[in-house]
Amino acid sequence: MTSALFARTASKPRAGRPRDRVTLAAGCVVGLFVFLAVCGPLLVPHAPNAVDPLNVHAGPSATHLLGTDDSGRDLLSRLIAGTRASLAAPAVVIAVSTTLGTLLALVAAWFGGWLDRFVSGALDVVFGFPGLIMAVLVAAVFGAGLTAPVVALSIAYLPLITRVVRSAAIKERNLPYVSALQLLGAPTARIWLRHLLPNLGPLVLVQATIGFGYALLDVAAISFLGLGSQPPDPEWGLMVANGAPSILAGAPQQSLYAGLAILLVVVAFNLLGTGLSRRLLGEQA
Amino acid sequence: MLEVRNLRKEFGDFVAVDDVTFSLPQRGSLAIVGESGSGKTTTARMIAGLETASGGHILVEGEERGPGHKRQRQRQRLRSGERRARGRQIQMVFQDPYSSLDRRQRVGAAVAEAVALHQRLPADRLRARVAELLDMVGLDDRQAAALPKALSGGQRQRAAIARALAAEPQILILDEAVAALDVSIQAQILRLLADIRARTGTALLFITHDLGAVRHISDDMLVMQAGKIVEHGPVATVLADPQHPYTRRLIASVPKPGWIPRRRMDPAAAARLP
Ligand SMILES: Nc1ncnc2c1ncn2[C@@H]1O[C@H](COP(=O)(O)OP(=O)(O)O)[C@@H](O)[C@H]1O
Ligand SMILES: [Mg+2]
Repeated sequence: MTSALFARTASKPRAGRPRDRVTLAAGCVVGLFVFLAVCGPLLVPHAPNAVDPLNVHAGPSATHLLGTDDSGRDLLSRLIAGTRASLAAPAVVIAVSTTLGTLLALVAAWFGGWLDRFVSGALDVVFGFPGLIMAVLVAAVFGAGLTAPVVALSIAYLPLITRVVRSAAIKERNLPYVSALQLLGAPTARIWLRHLLPNLGPLVLVQATIGFGYALLDVAAISFLGLGSQPPDPEWGLMVANGAPSILAGAPQQSLYAGLAILLVVVAFNLLGTGLSRRLLGEQA
Repeated sequence: MLEVRNLRKEFGDFVAVDDVTFSLPQRGSLAIVGESGSGKTTTARMIAGLETASGGHILVEGEERGPGHKRQRQRQRLRSGERRARGRQIQMVFQDPYSSLDRRQRVGAAVAEAVALHQRLPADRLRARVAELLDMVGLDDRQAAALPKALSGGQRQRAAIARALAAEPQILILDEAVAALDVSIQAQILRLLADIRARTGTALLFITHDLGAVRHISDDMLVMQAGKIVEHGPVATVLADPQHPYTRRLIASVPKPGWIPRRRMDPAAAARLP
Protein backbone atom coordinates (compact mmCIF):
# COMPACT_ATOMS: atom_id res chain seq x y z
CA MET A 1 0.00 0.00 0.00
CA THR A 2 2.62 2.53 1.05
CA SER A 3 4.94 1.27 -1.66
CA ALA A 4 2.17 1.66 -4.24
CA LEU A 5 1.59 5.23 -3.12
CA PHE A 6 5.25 5.95 -3.22
CA ALA A 7 5.60 4.46 -6.70
CA ARG A 8 2.73 6.60 -7.93
CA THR A 9 4.27 9.85 -6.78
CA ALA A 10 7.76 8.83 -7.82
CA SER A 11 6.98 7.61 -11.33
CA LYS A 12 4.64 10.41 -12.40
CA PRO A 13 6.85 12.64 -14.54
CA ARG A 14 5.95 16.28 -14.15
CA ALA A 15 5.56 18.27 -17.36
CA GLY A 16 8.32 20.75 -18.03
CA ARG A 17 11.18 18.55 -16.89
CA PRO A 18 14.06 18.64 -19.38
CA ARG A 19 13.52 15.01 -20.40
CA ASP A 20 9.87 15.67 -21.14
CA ARG A 21 10.76 18.70 -23.21
CA VAL A 22 13.10 16.52 -25.26
CA THR A 23 10.26 14.04 -25.81
CA LEU A 24 7.91 16.85 -26.78
CA ALA A 25 10.44 18.27 -29.24
CA ALA A 26 11.00 14.81 -30.73
CA GLY A 27 7.25 14.40 -31.05
CA CYS A 28 7.01 17.74 -32.88
CA VAL A 29 9.76 16.73 -35.33
CA VAL A 30 8.03 13.41 -35.96
CA GLY A 31 4.72 15.21 -36.40
CA LEU A 32 6.25 17.67 -38.85
CA PHE A 33 7.70 14.92 -41.03
CA VAL A 34 4.49 12.91 -40.95
CA PHE A 35 2.68 16.07 -42.06
CA LEU A 36 5.23 16.56 -44.86
CA ALA A 37 4.81 12.93 -45.90
CA VAL A 38 1.09 13.48 -46.27
CA CYS A 39 0.98 17.03 -47.68
CA GLY A 40 4.54 17.52 -48.96
CA PRO A 41 3.81 17.33 -52.70
CA LEU A 42 1.32 20.22 -52.28
CA LEU A 43 3.83 22.41 -50.45
CA VAL A 44 6.94 22.18 -52.59
CA PRO A 45 8.16 25.52 -54.05
CA HIS A 46 9.44 23.81 -57.25
CA ALA A 47 8.61 20.63 -59.10
CA PRO A 48 10.98 18.13 -57.43
CA ASN A 49 12.07 16.48 -60.69
CA ALA A 50 12.37 19.66 -62.80
CA VAL A 51 15.94 19.83 -64.10
CA ASP A 52 17.74 23.09 -64.88
CA PRO A 53 21.04 22.37 -66.69
CA LEU A 54 22.11 26.01 -66.44
CA ASN A 55 21.83 26.06 -62.64
CA VAL A 56 23.56 22.93 -61.28
CA HIS A 57 25.20 22.80 -57.83
CA ALA A 58 23.85 26.21 -57.01
CA GLY A 59 24.34 27.49 -53.48
CA PRO A 60 21.49 28.71 -51.26
CA SER A 61 19.50 31.59 -52.72
CA ALA A 62 16.08 33.19 -52.37
CA THR A 63 14.58 30.95 -55.07
CA HIS A 64 16.46 27.80 -54.02
CA LEU A 65 16.71 27.97 -50.21
CA LEU A 66 18.93 24.88 -50.00
CA GLY A 67 20.48 25.23 -53.44
CA THR A 68 20.26 22.74 -56.31
CA ASP A 69 21.69 19.30 -57.10
CA ASP A 70 23.84 18.01 -59.96
CA SER A 71 20.92 18.36 -62.39
CA GLY A 72 19.84 21.76 -61.14
CA ARG A 73 16.81 20.35 -59.26
CA ASP A 74 15.63 22.27 -56.18
CA LEU A 75 16.96 20.42 -53.11
CA LEU A 76 14.37 21.70 -50.64
CA SER A 77 11.55 20.57 -52.92
CA ARG A 78 13.19 17.18 -53.38
CA LEU A 79 13.68 16.70 -49.63
CA ILE A 80 10.06 17.61 -48.91
CA ALA A 81 8.68 15.52 -51.76
CA GLY A 82 10.95 12.63 -50.72
CA THR A 83 9.54 12.51 -47.20
CA ARG A 84 6.65 10.34 -48.32
CA ALA A 85 8.85 7.83 -50.16
CA SER A 86 11.32 7.76 -47.26
CA LEU A 87 8.71 7.25 -44.55
CA ALA A 88 6.20 5.05 -46.38
CA ALA A 89 8.41 1.97 -46.71
CA PRO A 90 9.48 1.86 -43.04
CA ALA A 91 5.85 2.55 -42.07
CA VAL A 92 4.78 -0.56 -43.98
CA VAL A 93 7.61 -2.57 -42.41
CA ILE A 94 6.62 -1.49 -38.90
CA ALA A 95 2.88 -1.86 -39.49
CA VAL A 96 3.28 -5.41 -40.81
CA SER A 97 5.85 -6.58 -38.28
CA THR A 98 4.02 -4.96 -35.35
CA THR A 99 0.62 -6.38 -36.28
CA LEU A 100 1.91 -9.86 -37.03
CA GLY A 101 4.33 -9.81 -34.10
CA THR A 102 1.68 -8.75 -31.60
CA LEU A 103 -0.65 -11.44 -32.89
CA LEU A 104 2.06 -14.12 -32.70
CA ALA A 105 3.03 -12.94 -29.21
CA LEU A 106 -0.56 -13.16 -28.00
CA VAL A 107 -1.08 -16.61 -29.49
CA ALA A 108 2.16 -17.87 -27.94
CA ALA A 109 1.42 -16.32 -24.56
CA TRP A 110 -2.21 -17.44 -24.48
CA PHE A 111 -1.87 -21.04 -25.57
CA GLY A 112 1.62 -21.69 -24.22
CA GLY A 113 2.94 -25.23 -24.49
CA TRP A 114 4.22 -26.49 -27.83
CA LEU A 115 2.74 -23.54 -29.73
CA ASP A 116 4.75 -21.10 -27.63
CA ARG A 117 7.89 -23.19 -28.05
CA PHE A 118 7.33 -23.35 -31.82
CA VAL A 119 6.81 -19.60 -32.19
CA SER A 120 9.77 -18.76 -29.97
CA GLY A 121 12.02 -21.26 -31.75
CA ALA A 122 11.05 -20.05 -35.22
CA LEU A 123 11.68 -16.45 -34.20
CA ASP A 124 15.09 -17.34 -32.79
CA VAL A 125 15.98 -18.69 -36.22
CA VAL A 126 14.73 -15.54 -37.97
CA PHE A 127 16.57 -13.43 -35.41
CA GLY A 128 19.78 -15.18 -36.37
CA PHE A 129 19.63 -13.66 -39.86
CA PRO A 130 20.84 -10.06 -40.19
CA GLY A 131 17.82 -8.16 -41.55
CA LEU A 132 19.63 -5.69 -43.75
CA ILE A 133 21.73 -8.35 -45.45
CA MET A 134 18.60 -10.43 -46.08
CA ALA A 135 16.87 -7.40 -47.59
CA VAL A 136 19.85 -6.79 -49.86
CA LEU A 137 19.89 -10.45 -50.88
CA VAL A 138 16.21 -10.58 -51.81
CA ALA A 139 16.62 -7.33 -53.75
CA ALA A 140 19.53 -8.94 -55.57
CA VAL A 141 17.41 -11.99 -56.36
CA PHE A 142 14.08 -10.32 -57.16
CA GLY A 143 15.51 -7.19 -58.76
CA ALA A 144 15.68 -3.62 -57.53
CA GLY A 145 12.60 -1.96 -56.05
CA LEU A 146 11.24 -1.58 -52.57
CA THR A 147 8.70 -4.45 -52.48
CA ALA A 148 11.10 -7.34 -51.84
CA PRO A 149 13.22 -5.49 -49.25
CA VAL A 150 10.10 -4.31 -47.42
CA VAL A 151 8.85 -7.90 -47.20
CA ALA A 152 12.27 -9.07 -46.01
CA LEU A 153 12.56 -6.31 -43.43
CA SER A 154 9.00 -6.96 -42.18
CA ILE A 155 10.03 -10.53 -41.42
CA ALA A 156 13.38 -9.45 -40.00
CA TYR A 157 11.68 -7.05 -37.57
CA LEU A 158 9.18 -9.68 -36.37
CA PRO A 159 11.36 -11.26 -33.64
CA LEU A 160 12.15 -7.92 -31.98
CA ILE A 161 8.54 -6.91 -31.44
CA THR A 162 7.31 -10.44 -30.77
CA ARG A 163 9.82 -11.17 -28.04
CA VAL A 164 9.08 -8.03 -26.09
CA VAL A 165 5.31 -8.28 -26.46
CA ARG A 166 5.29 -12.02 -25.73
CA SER A 167 6.94 -11.70 -22.34
CA ALA A 168 4.62 -8.82 -21.41
CA ALA A 169 1.63 -10.80 -22.68
CA ILE A 170 2.58 -13.82 -20.56
CA LYS A 171 2.68 -11.61 -17.48
CA GLU A 172 -0.63 -10.00 -18.40
CA ARG A 173 -2.29 -13.30 -19.19
CA ASN A 174 -1.37 -14.65 -15.76
CA LEU A 175 -2.92 -11.74 -13.88
CA PRO A 176 -5.93 -12.81 -11.85
CA TYR A 177 -8.31 -10.47 -13.67
CA VAL A 178 -7.89 -12.63 -16.77
CA SER A 179 -8.73 -15.75 -14.73
CA ALA A 180 -11.76 -13.90 -13.37
CA LEU A 181 -12.95 -13.12 -16.90
CA GLN A 182 -12.44 -16.74 -17.93
CA LEU A 183 -14.41 -17.91 -14.91
CA LEU A 184 -17.23 -15.57 -15.84
CA GLY A 185 -17.29 -17.30 -19.23
CA ALA A 186 -16.09 -14.30 -21.23
CA PRO A 187 -15.27 -15.38 -24.81
CA THR A 188 -11.55 -15.53 -25.51
CA ALA A 189 -11.89 -13.01 -28.35
CA ARG A 190 -13.43 -10.55 -25.94
CA ILE A 191 -10.65 -11.04 -23.39
CA TRP A 192 -8.07 -10.42 -26.13
CA LEU A 193 -9.70 -7.42 -27.77
CA ARG A 194 -11.16 -5.66 -24.76
CA HIS A 195 -8.57 -6.42 -22.11
CA LEU A 196 -5.23 -7.89 -23.18
CA LEU A 197 -4.59 -5.84 -26.33
CA PRO A 198 -5.55 -2.45 -24.84
CA ASN A 199 -3.31 -3.15 -21.85
CA LEU A 200 -0.42 -4.14 -24.10
CA GLY A 201 -1.08 -1.17 -26.42
CA PRO A 202 1.37 1.30 -24.85
CA LEU A 203 4.20 -1.23 -25.04
CA VAL A 204 3.38 -2.02 -28.67
CA LEU A 205 3.31 1.69 -29.49
CA VAL A 206 6.70 2.25 -27.86
CA GLN A 207 8.24 -0.70 -29.71
CA ALA A 208 6.78 0.45 -33.02
CA THR A 209 8.09 3.99 -32.51
CA ILE A 210 11.63 2.90 -31.71
CA GLY A 211 11.54 0.28 -34.46
CA PHE A 212 10.45 2.89 -37.01
CA GLY A 213 13.75 4.77 -36.75
CA TYR A 214 15.76 1.63 -37.39
CA ALA A 215 13.50 0.53 -40.24
CA LEU A 216 13.89 3.93 -41.89
CA LEU A 217 17.65 3.63 -41.64
CA ASP A 218 17.58 0.13 -43.18
CA VAL A 219 15.34 1.20 -46.06
CA ALA A 220 17.53 4.25 -46.72
CA ALA A 221 20.59 1.99 -46.74
CA ILE A 222 18.98 -0.30 -49.31
CA SER A 223 18.16 2.66 -51.55
CA PHE A 224 21.65 4.04 -51.01
CA LEU A 225 22.98 0.78 -52.40
CA GLY A 226 20.79 1.31 -55.47
CA LEU A 227 18.53 -1.65 -54.68
CA GLY A 228 15.48 0.20 -53.39
CA SER A 229 13.96 3.40 -54.77
CA GLN A 230 15.10 4.21 -58.29
CA PRO A 231 16.00 7.55 -59.88
CA PRO A 232 14.59 10.10 -60.27
CA ASP A 233 12.67 9.42 -57.00
CA PRO A 234 13.69 11.95 -54.35
CA GLU A 235 14.01 9.23 -51.69
CA TRP A 236 16.58 10.32 -49.09
CA GLY A 237 18.86 7.27 -49.17
CA LEU A 238 18.99 7.52 -52.94
CA MET A 239 19.73 11.26 -52.69
CA VAL A 240 22.68 10.57 -50.38
CA ALA A 241 24.06 8.17 -53.00
CA ASN A 242 23.32 10.53 -55.92
CA GLY A 243 25.09 13.37 -54.21
CA ALA A 244 28.18 11.39 -53.34
CA PRO A 245 30.14 12.10 -56.59
CA SER A 246 29.43 15.82 -56.20
CA ILE A 247 31.08 15.89 -52.77
CA LEU A 248 34.45 15.64 -54.48
CA ALA A 249 33.35 18.40 -56.88
CA GLY A 250 32.92 20.67 -53.85
CA ALA A 251 29.11 20.52 -53.76
CA PRO A 252 28.21 18.30 -50.79
CA GLN A 253 24.73 19.79 -50.23
CA GLN A 254 22.60 16.99 -51.72
CA SER A 255 24.20 14.20 -49.64
CA LEU A 256 24.51 16.47 -46.64
CA TYR A 257 20.88 17.59 -46.47
CA ALA A 258 19.44 14.16 -47.29
CA GLY A 259 21.74 12.59 -44.69
CA LEU A 260 20.72 15.18 -42.13
CA ALA A 261 17.03 14.52 -42.86
CA ILE A 262 17.58 10.80 -42.21
CA LEU A 263 19.54 11.54 -39.06
CA LEU A 264 16.93 13.96 -37.75
CA VAL A 265 14.02 11.57 -38.29
CA VAL A 266 15.84 8.54 -36.83
CA VAL A 267 16.94 10.44 -33.73
CA ALA A 268 13.48 11.98 -33.31
CA PHE A 269 11.77 8.56 -33.47
CA ASN A 270 14.26 7.09 -31.00
CA LEU A 271 13.89 9.93 -28.52
CA LEU A 272 10.11 9.88 -28.87
CA GLY A 273 10.11 6.11 -28.31
CA THR A 274 12.22 6.26 -25.16
CA GLY A 275 10.24 9.23 -23.87
CA LEU A 276 6.94 7.44 -24.48
CA SER A 277 8.32 4.36 -22.81
CA ARG A 278 9.19 6.39 -19.73
CA ARG A 279 5.79 8.04 -19.63
CA LEU A 280 3.54 5.16 -20.64
CA LEU A 281 5.42 2.24 -19.12
CA GLY A 282 6.79 4.11 -16.13
CA GLU A 283 10.40 3.11 -16.71
CA GLN A 284 12.87 4.87 -14.49
CA ALA A 285 15.36 5.13 -17.33
CA MET B 1 -23.71 -29.60 -3.58
CA LEU B 2 -19.99 -29.53 -4.36
CA GLU B 3 -18.28 -32.87 -4.13
CA VAL B 4 -14.56 -33.32 -4.58
CA ARG B 5 -13.27 -36.88 -4.72
CA ASN B 6 -9.69 -38.11 -4.80
CA LEU B 7 -8.53 -34.91 -6.46
CA ARG B 8 -4.91 -34.98 -7.54
CA LYS B 9 -2.49 -32.65 -9.29
CA GLU B 10 1.00 -33.42 -10.43
CA PHE B 11 3.49 -30.87 -11.74
CA GLY B 12 6.02 -33.16 -13.38
CA ASP B 13 7.18 -35.50 -10.62
CA PHE B 14 5.91 -33.22 -7.89
CA VAL B 15 2.51 -34.01 -6.37
CA ALA B 16 0.97 -30.69 -5.36
CA VAL B 17 -2.46 -32.06 -4.44
CA ASP B 18 -2.87 -35.64 -3.32
CA ASP B 19 -6.14 -37.51 -2.84
CA VAL B 20 -8.22 -34.57 -1.66
CA THR B 21 -11.82 -35.50 -0.84
CA PHE B 22 -14.47 -33.30 0.73
CA SER B 23 -17.92 -31.93 0.14
CA LEU B 24 -19.52 -28.53 0.55
CA PRO B 25 -23.26 -28.52 1.23
CA GLN B 26 -25.72 -25.98 -0.14
CA ARG B 27 -25.39 -22.66 1.76
CA GLY B 28 -22.42 -24.20 3.53
CA SER B 29 -19.12 -22.59 4.41
CA LEU B 30 -15.96 -24.63 4.40
CA ALA B 31 -12.48 -23.38 5.16
CA ILE B 32 -9.30 -24.88 3.75
CA VAL B 33 -6.37 -24.07 5.97
CA GLY B 34 -2.71 -24.80 5.48
CA GLU B 35 0.60 -23.08 5.30
CA SER B 36 1.92 -21.60 2.09
CA GLY B 37 2.73 -24.27 -0.50
CA SER B 38 0.34 -26.85 0.93
CA GLY B 39 -1.69 -26.98 -2.31
CA LYS B 40 -4.67 -24.77 -1.42
CA THR B 41 -4.54 -22.53 -4.49
CA THR B 42 -4.00 -25.47 -6.82
CA THR B 43 -7.04 -27.20 -5.31
CA ALA B 44 -9.13 -24.04 -5.72
CA ARG B 45 -8.04 -23.49 -9.33
CA MET B 46 -8.85 -27.09 -10.23
CA ILE B 47 -12.31 -26.80 -8.69
CA ALA B 48 -12.92 -23.53 -10.54
CA GLY B 49 -11.70 -25.11 -13.78
CA LEU B 50 -8.69 -22.83 -14.24
CA GLU B 51 -6.32 -25.77 -13.92
CA THR B 52 -6.74 -29.30 -15.24
CA ALA B 53 -6.69 -31.94 -12.54
CA SER B 54 -4.41 -34.95 -12.98
CA GLY B 55 -7.04 -37.20 -11.47
CA GLY B 56 -10.20 -37.41 -9.39
CA HIS B 57 -13.69 -36.00 -9.63
CA ILE B 58 -15.30 -32.62 -9.16
CA LEU B 59 -19.08 -32.71 -9.04
CA VAL B 60 -21.53 -29.87 -8.69
CA GLU B 61 -25.03 -31.13 -7.91
CA GLY B 62 -23.96 -34.58 -9.02
CA GLU B 63 -22.71 -33.35 -12.38
CA GLU B 64 -19.08 -33.96 -13.29
CA ARG B 65 -17.03 -30.90 -14.24
CA GLY B 66 -13.55 -32.17 -13.41
CA PRO B 67 -11.26 -34.63 -15.18
CA GLY B 68 -14.17 -37.04 -15.70
CA HIS B 69 -16.10 -34.46 -17.74
CA LYS B 70 -16.56 -35.74 -21.28
CA ARG B 71 -15.00 -32.72 -22.98
CA GLN B 72 -11.99 -32.80 -20.71
CA ARG B 73 -11.59 -36.51 -21.37
CA GLN B 74 -11.62 -35.82 -25.08
CA ARG B 75 -9.41 -32.76 -24.61
CA GLN B 76 -12.07 -30.61 -26.22
CA ARG B 77 -12.63 -26.96 -25.50
CA LEU B 78 -15.83 -25.92 -23.83
CA ARG B 79 -18.43 -24.02 -25.78
CA SER B 80 -19.01 -20.50 -24.55
CA GLY B 81 -22.54 -21.31 -23.36
CA GLU B 82 -21.14 -24.14 -21.26
CA ARG B 83 -18.45 -21.89 -19.86
CA ARG B 84 -21.01 -19.34 -18.76
CA ALA B 85 -23.15 -22.07 -17.21
CA ARG B 86 -20.07 -23.18 -15.25
CA GLY B 87 -19.57 -19.57 -14.21
CA ARG B 88 -22.99 -19.66 -12.57
CA GLN B 89 -21.83 -22.63 -10.53
CA ILE B 90 -18.49 -21.40 -9.25
CA GLN B 91 -16.85 -17.99 -9.00
CA MET B 92 -13.59 -17.07 -7.35
CA VAL B 93 -11.98 -14.08 -5.66
CA PHE B 94 -8.21 -13.95 -5.82
CA GLN B 95 -5.55 -13.02 -3.33
CA ASP B 96 -3.94 -9.99 -4.95
CA PRO B 97 -6.32 -7.01 -4.89
CA TYR B 98 -3.99 -5.01 -7.14
CA SER B 99 -4.28 -7.22 -10.20
CA SER B 100 -7.73 -8.73 -9.65
CA LEU B 101 -9.24 -5.96 -11.74
CA ASP B 102 -8.30 -4.74 -15.21
CA ARG B 103 -6.36 -1.53 -14.50
CA ARG B 104 -7.90 0.23 -17.50
CA GLN B 105 -11.50 -0.64 -16.65
CA ARG B 106 -13.68 1.34 -14.29
CA VAL B 107 -15.13 -0.67 -11.45
CA GLY B 108 -18.72 -0.18 -12.55
CA ALA B 109 -17.85 -1.23 -16.09
CA ALA B 110 -16.14 -4.40 -14.84
CA VAL B 111 -19.24 -5.39 -12.89
CA ALA B 112 -21.48 -4.45 -15.82
CA GLU B 113 -19.41 -6.62 -18.14
CA ALA B 114 -19.84 -9.55 -15.74
CA VAL B 115 -23.60 -9.02 -15.47
CA ALA B 116 -23.99 -8.71 -19.24
CA LEU B 117 -22.23 -12.03 -19.76
CA HIS B 118 -24.94 -13.77 -17.78
CA GLN B 119 -28.12 -11.79 -18.31
CA ARG B 120 -29.43 -10.01 -21.38
CA LEU B 121 -30.76 -6.82 -19.86
CA PRO B 122 -31.79 -3.47 -21.33
CA ALA B 123 -29.40 -0.65 -20.42
CA ASP B 124 -31.43 0.77 -17.54
CA ARG B 125 -31.97 -2.59 -15.87
CA LEU B 126 -28.30 -3.44 -16.35
CA ARG B 127 -27.37 -0.20 -14.61
CA ALA B 128 -29.79 -0.95 -11.79
CA ARG B 129 -28.38 -4.46 -11.36
CA VAL B 130 -24.80 -3.11 -11.24
CA ALA B 131 -25.82 -0.52 -8.65
CA GLU B 132 -27.49 -3.24 -6.61
CA LEU B 133 -24.38 -5.44 -6.67
CA LEU B 134 -22.06 -2.57 -5.78
CA ASP B 135 -24.40 -1.54 -3.01
CA MET B 136 -24.37 -5.09 -1.67
CA VAL B 137 -20.60 -4.91 -1.24
CA GLY B 138 -20.67 -1.35 0.07
CA LEU B 139 -19.28 0.62 -2.88
CA ASP B 140 -20.83 3.94 -3.89
CA ASP B 141 -21.27 5.72 -7.24
CA ARG B 142 -18.01 7.59 -6.95
CA GLN B 143 -16.08 4.34 -6.48
CA ALA B 144 -18.02 2.73 -9.32
CA ALA B 145 -16.82 5.49 -11.64
CA ALA B 146 -13.20 5.14 -10.48
CA LEU B 147 -10.33 3.18 -11.95
CA PRO B 148 -8.96 0.42 -9.69
CA LYS B 149 -5.85 2.44 -8.88
CA ALA B 150 -8.00 5.04 -7.13
CA LEU B 151 -9.39 2.43 -4.73
CA SER B 152 -7.92 0.89 -1.58
CA GLY B 153 -7.12 -2.81 -1.40
CA GLY B 154 -10.28 -3.51 0.56
CA GLN B 155 -12.43 -1.59 -1.93
CA ARG B 156 -10.88 -3.53 -4.80
CA GLN B 157 -11.68 -6.83 -3.13
CA ARG B 158 -15.25 -5.61 -2.64
CA ALA B 159 -15.38 -4.84 -6.36
CA ALA B 160 -13.99 -8.30 -7.17
CA ILE B 161 -16.66 -9.85 -4.93
CA ALA B 162 -19.39 -7.83 -6.67
CA ARG B 163 -18.08 -8.96 -10.06
CA ALA B 164 -18.13 -12.61 -8.92
CA LEU B 165 -21.65 -12.24 -7.54
CA ALA B 166 -22.80 -10.88 -10.92
CA ALA B 167 -22.88 -14.48 -12.13
CA GLU B 168 -25.07 -15.42 -9.14
CA PRO B 169 -22.82 -18.40 -8.41
CA GLN B 170 -23.84 -21.29 -6.21
CA ILE B 171 -20.32 -21.43 -4.80
CA LEU B 172 -17.86 -18.61 -4.16
CA ILE B 173 -14.22 -19.55 -3.67
CA LEU B 174 -12.09 -17.01 -1.80
CA ASP B 175 -8.40 -17.79 -2.20
CA GLU B 176 -6.66 -15.80 0.55
CA ALA B 177 -8.94 -12.99 -0.52
CA VAL B 178 -8.36 -10.97 2.65
CA ALA B 179 -4.75 -11.96 3.33
CA ALA B 180 -3.31 -8.81 1.75
CA LEU B 181 -5.59 -6.44 3.66
CA ASP B 182 -5.23 -4.58 6.96
CA VAL B 183 -6.66 -6.42 9.93
CA SER B 184 -9.64 -4.09 10.44
CA ILE B 185 -10.46 -4.23 6.71
CA GLN B 186 -10.22 -8.04 6.87
CA ALA B 187 -12.90 -8.07 9.55
CA GLN B 188 -15.17 -5.85 7.40
CA ILE B 189 -14.82 -8.13 4.40
CA LEU B 190 -15.42 -11.24 6.51
CA ARG B 191 -18.60 -9.67 7.85
CA LEU B 192 -19.62 -8.76 4.30
CA LEU B 193 -19.10 -12.37 3.18
CA ALA B 194 -21.12 -13.76 6.07
CA ASP B 195 -23.85 -11.29 5.17
CA ILE B 196 -23.81 -12.27 1.49
CA ARG B 197 -23.99 -15.92 2.41
CA ALA B 198 -27.02 -15.27 4.60
CA ARG B 199 -28.76 -13.13 1.95
CA THR B 200 -28.03 -15.04 -1.23
CA GLY B 201 -27.36 -18.55 0.02
CA THR B 202 -24.03 -18.65 -1.82
CA ALA B 203 -21.85 -21.41 -0.42
CA LEU B 204 -18.36 -20.27 0.56
CA LEU B 205 -15.09 -22.10 0.11
CA PHE B 206 -12.77 -19.98 2.19
CA ILE B 207 -9.08 -20.59 1.69
CA THR B 208 -6.63 -19.11 4.16
CA HIS B 209 -3.46 -19.65 6.09
CA ASP B 210 -4.92 -17.60 8.92
CA LEU B 211 -6.71 -19.71 11.53
CA GLY B 212 -8.07 -16.60 13.23
CA ALA B 213 -10.39 -15.74 10.37
CA VAL B 214 -11.80 -19.24 10.02
CA ARG B 215 -13.93 -19.19 13.16
CA HIS B 216 -15.88 -16.19 11.93
CA ILE B 217 -16.70 -17.36 8.46
CA SER B 218 -16.82 -21.15 8.30
CA ASP B 219 -18.80 -24.04 9.73
CA ASP B 220 -16.34 -26.73 8.77
CA MET B 221 -12.67 -26.71 8.04
CA LEU B 222 -10.07 -28.96 6.60
CA VAL B 223 -6.37 -28.71 7.14
CA MET B 224 -3.96 -29.40 4.29
CA GLN B 225 -0.31 -30.23 4.55
CA ALA B 226 1.92 -30.99 1.58
CA GLY B 227 -1.06 -31.59 -0.69
CA LYS B 228 -2.90 -33.92 1.66
CA ILE B 229 -5.84 -33.39 4.01
CA VAL B 230 -4.65 -34.10 7.53
CA GLU B 231 -7.69 -32.98 9.48
CA HIS B 232 -11.34 -32.38 8.68
CA GLY B 233 -14.27 -31.41 10.90
CA PRO B 234 -16.41 -28.65 12.36
CA VAL B 235 -14.36 -25.51 13.03
CA ALA B 236 -15.10 -25.40 16.77
CA THR B 237 -14.14 -29.05 17.23
CA VAL B 238 -10.93 -28.83 15.24
CA LEU B 239 -9.78 -25.65 16.95
CA ALA B 240 -10.69 -26.91 20.43
CA ASP B 241 -9.40 -30.43 20.02
CA PRO B 242 -6.96 -30.79 17.11
CA GLN B 243 -6.03 -34.40 16.38
CA HIS B 244 -3.11 -34.00 13.99
CA PRO B 245 0.22 -32.62 15.24
CA TYR B 246 0.39 -30.29 12.21
CA THR B 247 -2.94 -28.72 13.16
CA ARG B 248 -1.73 -28.28 16.72
CA ARG B 249 1.36 -26.57 15.43
CA LEU B 250 -0.72 -24.24 13.25
CA ILE B 251 -2.96 -23.36 16.18
CA ALA B 252 0.01 -22.80 18.47
CA SER B 253 1.54 -20.41 15.95
CA VAL B 254 -1.48 -18.10 16.18
CA PRO B 255 -0.75 -15.75 19.10
CA LYS B 256 -4.32 -15.65 20.37
CA PRO B 257 -6.63 -18.29 18.91
CA GLY B 258 -9.94 -16.83 17.91
CA TRP B 259 -9.02 -13.17 17.89
CA ILE B 260 -11.20 -10.60 16.33
CA PRO B 261 -9.73 -7.25 15.38
CA ARG B 262 -12.34 -5.53 17.57
CA ARG B 263 -10.82 -7.14 20.64
CA ARG B 264 -7.78 -4.96 20.15
CA MET B 265 -9.93 -2.15 21.44
CA ASP B 266 -10.84 -4.18 24.51
CA PRO B 267 -8.60 -2.99 27.39
CA ALA B 268 -8.54 -6.42 28.99
CA ALA B 269 -7.25 -7.96 25.78
CA ALA B 270 -4.83 -5.06 25.28
CA ALA B 271 -3.47 -5.61 28.80
CA ARG B 272 -2.72 -9.23 27.96
CA LEU B 273 -0.56 -8.19 25.02
CA PRO B 274 3.17 -8.22 25.69
N1 LIG C 1 2.25 -24.17 -12.24
C1 LIG C 1 3.00 -24.83 -11.33
N2 LIG C 1 4.10 -25.51 -11.72
C2 LIG C 1 4.86 -26.17 -10.82
N3 LIG C 1 4.62 -26.21 -9.50
C3 LIG C 1 3.55 -25.52 -9.05
C4 LIG C 1 2.69 -24.80 -9.92
N4 LIG C 1 1.71 -24.22 -9.19
C5 LIG C 1 1.95 -24.58 -7.90
N5 LIG C 1 3.06 -25.35 -7.81
C6 LIG C 1 3.60 -25.94 -6.58
O1 LIG C 1 2.57 -26.63 -5.92
C7 LIG C 1 2.65 -26.46 -4.53
C8 LIG C 1 1.34 -25.95 -3.99
O2 LIG C 1 1.15 -24.63 -4.43
P1 LIG C 1 -0.15 -23.80 -4.09
O3 LIG C 1 -1.34 -24.60 -4.47
O4 LIG C 1 -0.01 -22.46 -4.67
O5 LIG C 1 -0.07 -23.70 -2.49
P2 LIG C 1 -0.79 -22.71 -1.50
O6 LIG C 1 -1.87 -22.00 -2.23
O7 LIG C 1 -1.30 -23.59 -0.41
O8 LIG C 1 0.27 -21.78 -1.00
C9 LIG C 1 3.81 -25.51 -4.27
O9 LIG C 1 4.92 -26.27 -3.88
C10 LIG C 1 4.04 -24.86 -5.61
O10 LIG C 1 5.40 -24.56 -5.76
MG1 LIG D 1 -2.10 -19.88 -2.46
